[in-house]
Amino acid sequence: MAEFVKLIDVSKCTGCRGCQVACKNWNELPAEKTSFLGSRSLQNPPELSYNTWTLIRFDEVNSEDGKLKWVMRHDACLHCETPACAKACPSPGALVKTAEGAVVHDPKYCIGCKACISACPFNIPRNSAAEEKMAKCSLCYDRITNGKKPACVTACPTGCLDFGYKDDMIAKAHKKAEASKGAIYPDNHSYGTNVLYVMPAGVKLTDLQNVNPKPGMPTTILWWKNLFKPFTLIGMGAVAGFAALHYFIKGPHLVEKKKEGGE
Amino acid sequence: MTNHWNDIQHADVVLIMGSNAAENHPISFKWVNEARAKRGAKLITVDPRFTRTSAVSDITARLRSGTDIAFMGGMINYAIEKNRINWDYVRDYTDGTYLVNPDFRGPVDLDGLYSGLDGSKYDKATWSYQVDEAGLPKRDLTMQDPNCVFQLLKKHYARYTVKKVCGLTGTDPKDFEAVCDTFTSTYLPEKSGTVMYAMGTTQHTYGSQNVRAFAVMQLLLGNIGVAGGGINALRGESNVQGSTDHGALFHILTGYLKTPNAKQPNLVKYNEDNTPKSNDPQSLNWWGNTPKYMASLLKAWWRDADLETAYSYMPKLDAGKNYSYLPIWSEMAKGKIKGMFVWGMNPAVGAPSSRMVRRALAKLDWMVAVDLWETETSAFWQTDAGVDPSTINTEVFLLPAAASMEKEGSVSNSGRWAQWRYKAVNAPGHAEDDLWIMNQLVNLTKDLYKKEGGAFPDPILNLTWNYGPVGLDGKVHNPSPREVAKEINGYFVTDKEIEDKVTGEVKKFKAGDMVPGFPLLQDDGSTCCGCWVYCNSVDDKENKMMKRDTSDPTGLGFYHNWSWAWPMNRRVVYNRASVDAEGKPFAKDKPVIWWSGLKKAWLGDVPDGGGGPGAKHPFIMVPHGRGMLFAAGMTDGPFPEHYEPLESQVKNTMSASQVNPALARWDKKVKEEVCDPMLVEGCAAVTYGSEFAKDFPIICSTYRVVEHWQTGQMTRWIPWLTELVPDQFVELSEELAKEKGIMSGDLLRITSVRNLEGITAYAYVTKRLKPFNINGKTIHQVGMTWHFGYKGLVTGGNANDLTPFIGDSNTMIPEYKAFLVNIERVRR
Repeated sequence: MAEFVKLIDVSKCTGCRGCQVACKNWNELPAEKTSFLGSRSLQNPPELSYNTWTLIRFDEVNSEDGKLKWVMRHDACLHCETPACAKACPSPGALVKTAEGAVVHDPKYCIGCKACISACPFNIPRNSAAEEKMAKCSLCYDRITNGKKPACVTACPTGCLDFGYKDDMIAKAHKKAEASKGAIYPDNHSYGTNVLYVMPAGVKLTDLQNVNPKPGMPTTILWWKNLFKPFTLIGMGAVAGFAALHYFIKGPHLVEKKKEGGE
Repeated sequence: MTNHWNDIQHADVVLIMGSNAAENHPISFKWVNEARAKRGAKLITVDPRFTRTSAVSDITARLRSGTDIAFMGGMINYAIEKNRINWDYVRDYTDGTYLVNPDFRGPVDLDGLYSGLDGSKYDKATWSYQVDEAGLPKRDLTMQDPNCVFQLLKKHYARYTVKKVCGLTGTDPKDFEAVCDTFTSTYLPEKSGTVMYAMGTTQHTYGSQNVRAFAVMQLLLGNIGVAGGGINALRGESNVQGSTDHGALFHILTGYLKTPNAKQPNLVKYNEDNTPKSNDPQSLNWWGNTPKYMASLLKAWWRDADLETAYSYMPKLDAGKNYSYLPIWSEMAKGKIKGMFVWGMNPAVGAPSSRMVRRALAKLDWMVAVDLWETETSAFWQTDAGVDPSTINTEVFLLPAAASMEKEGSVSNSGRWAQWRYKAVNAPGHAEDDLWIMNQLVNLTKDLYKKEGGAFPDPILNLTWNYGPVGLDGKVHNPSPREVAKEINGYFVTDKEIEDKVTGEVKKFKAGDMVPGFPLLQDDGSTCCGCWVYCNSVDDKENKMMKRDTSDPTGLGFYHNWSWAWPMNRRVVYNRASVDAEGKPFAKDKPVIWWSGLKKAWLGDVPDGGGGPGAKHPFIMVPHGRGMLFAAGMTDGPFPEHYEPLESQVKNTMSASQVNPALARWDKKVKEEVCDPMLVEGCAAVTYGSEFAKDFPIICSTYRVVEHWQTGQMTRWIPWLTELVPDQFVELSEELAKEKGIMSGDLLRITSVRNLEGITAYAYVTKRLKPFNINGKTIHQVGMTWHFGYKGLVTGGNANDLTPFIGDSNTMIPEYKAFLVNIERVRR
């Protein structure tokens, strides 16, 4: 199966939010009750949420040449090559990195522990207290495995969002970055993702909302999951082993059948 | 649009002025970005605000709302001073060489006025060309004669110096020069620049002249008729082009034929008044065909009547009386209009001074609203509207209508493409499509006239209505838009033989044959045609609007087999202006048409008019055949001249004429003259220097955002869109916020002289608005959307409860884009 990349050319975004609506449409996510007071700008809903997986963030910044820039940035899961969320997740199958490059969440296995939320270097996953589940962009896994582009990319009228084979998209990103003098984010050498941005030239990453200038795997996760996870697995294996041993020695645990009919 | 959407890809410079295309025409950015990627095109945005369009532009310039002519006049002056003129184009394809009546005087001589002003109307006798013995305009090919159009134009715009212009517009002179330098660089024959404009240009008391300023600029640069050029009106609704094509305005019938008036009692007189003449054999003078188009239209409406009888059936205007959008409301407020159909429209939110409009609606005996939902208009009598329903006697009928995907028909886009759309799903409940509703109305009205007679039953009883199979009762019950399309195209009513005047070939047609194109429409009643510009859209085999072939053999993006464009499937109008006298394209890498000597034919797009290279002048709709730098048809002057908006804090430094002298003024001096209480908003305006001017120091402009549409009557019912923009807001600068002690999110009250109670909205303090320095004085501008009203999932302050009741002197389009308000904080 081919691996894909979603490429976001931020300087081409006109903030029409077609992607934001298309995401809700395809994923059948309900609208939120919002108000102008939420973000005191056009950005609405004010934040990503359990029901908002794609958000255009609006930032009015002064660029390096002193001119006003209004940066509109498509924010959604970046689909890390080595996803911290999946590493942090204690429930196998709840967060899976697929061969296509998507990090897919399966609510069936999600236990709502929020470990993914604290692990994510990009502050993407969101929790629902009511549902006790997390949710985020799945790169439209159901679409990309059926020959379609993600809903957001299909809706984009300006060519800001693009989607294709990984090598092609990386080449395209470099070409665009070279032409516009903008930076590729996240820098592929330090941290790999299946979503790439070409940032507008002259804009500091630290001036933008929800951009981590130096994304990386949280060290706690490296420690816990790489060093200690094997031990926990050994522990789990041991528990299973003892249980099996117990079964062979003692035989199955028999429960008395309830009398039918009852009282 | 003279060109079409995907033609924008051929532009070398794109000027977006009076438009926020990124928000209101988001798809256009596909083509703007294509031009930038492929041709390295530069994008310029000129706007009072820093918009989402500005955010992606190469060059941005700010101007105070209402100063477009000053800005463009400065740019024209720049082009002339720097010799950035396409001289061959101006000499051969425009009226720059024509000599003007020596008695003509302009703003240079008359301090802002043109010769012939009488009250608020111009007698245009002196606005004419000198003609020779043959009846052709006299020309000076060197364009040195002080009375030639070019010299008059040069003299007129010499006053528009950078200092004077920027003093009025508030533009940073550096930005202004960058815009001028970049856009006028397209004067080279192989380069082209396009203008994308919308309501920011037109919604002014001199809106038509704003567009004219673009036309003058584009003619001087040789940018009309060429690929990637033109003047491109971005239409505000998906089918506004179709509605004007099909006569939905008071002053025109279908195909832009003029509406008859009471001084034209018969067809002979109508034709005499409306058929221009030209003595120039090289001028096609297309409107010379008016009698053919009018006769064919009369036959479409009254098939069995002779032409004069049919003409007598046609409603006539009182000559000189205005029946446009504004007078409808003032007449209604005075109780002169008894009933009204409101078909897919929401004037209770969309009309200027909409409080007055809502009060006027209560004067109706009845209203029939045809819409998807109950809008503010059909609910004007409810408590939500702030009125006591028991005081209103209007009977309101709401007919549920089908939405666009629930009905079949054609939609004409800004690029004149008529595209067929099919029904995707059935409408819910009893909702019906517009044609079905209209069909019922016609059947029932005919029945009533049959039964009761009435004042003048013949036009109704004899109206041809054959858009579907006729039932046993002699009536159509299931009308089809495909049948309507056939009539719009036109067909032969009787058998007819037509001899080609050039080849002598005789073509034979039978009754019922589709007319292949409007050159074959007849003035003798043998053809019918519902809208002549659409003739050629349906032939005997197919409805061309249904075509969906994506092949593009020339690679230039014409897509001649995708839908159909009027006229005659031509994609770029005036395209003969893109080639020289030998038929060679000025721009070799993006030709529109070119002459093949081998095939003895034009290749590329469908050429404008017949004959080989140099045979005809390119501007075929103009009687003399050349592009008009000097337009005598305007009500307010042949050259655009800067005036201030009706409500302005700024003295016009260009002349002593503060506002457009040709305006039909409704405003009265509020205290001196007592105004009809029904019309009080219509009478009130804060003119320059008036005693209330200090109370309303801030310029306000209304606009749309991408997330909502028009009055919001559709989008404010869609949760995914209300989530994005849930509340009315006012955008204001950090400087004004500081002055007034306002923070983003504060609830503000916005008042105008027409609405002292005002409306409320949330403050959106932004770096994207800045105060203007106007000749040393600081002027603030704010802006708000007009998407909100009192119905829907989200509601909010209606900006049109503040807007002035004044319209452009040519079109009466209201001045929504520049009026005066005050703002104050209600609560934090």
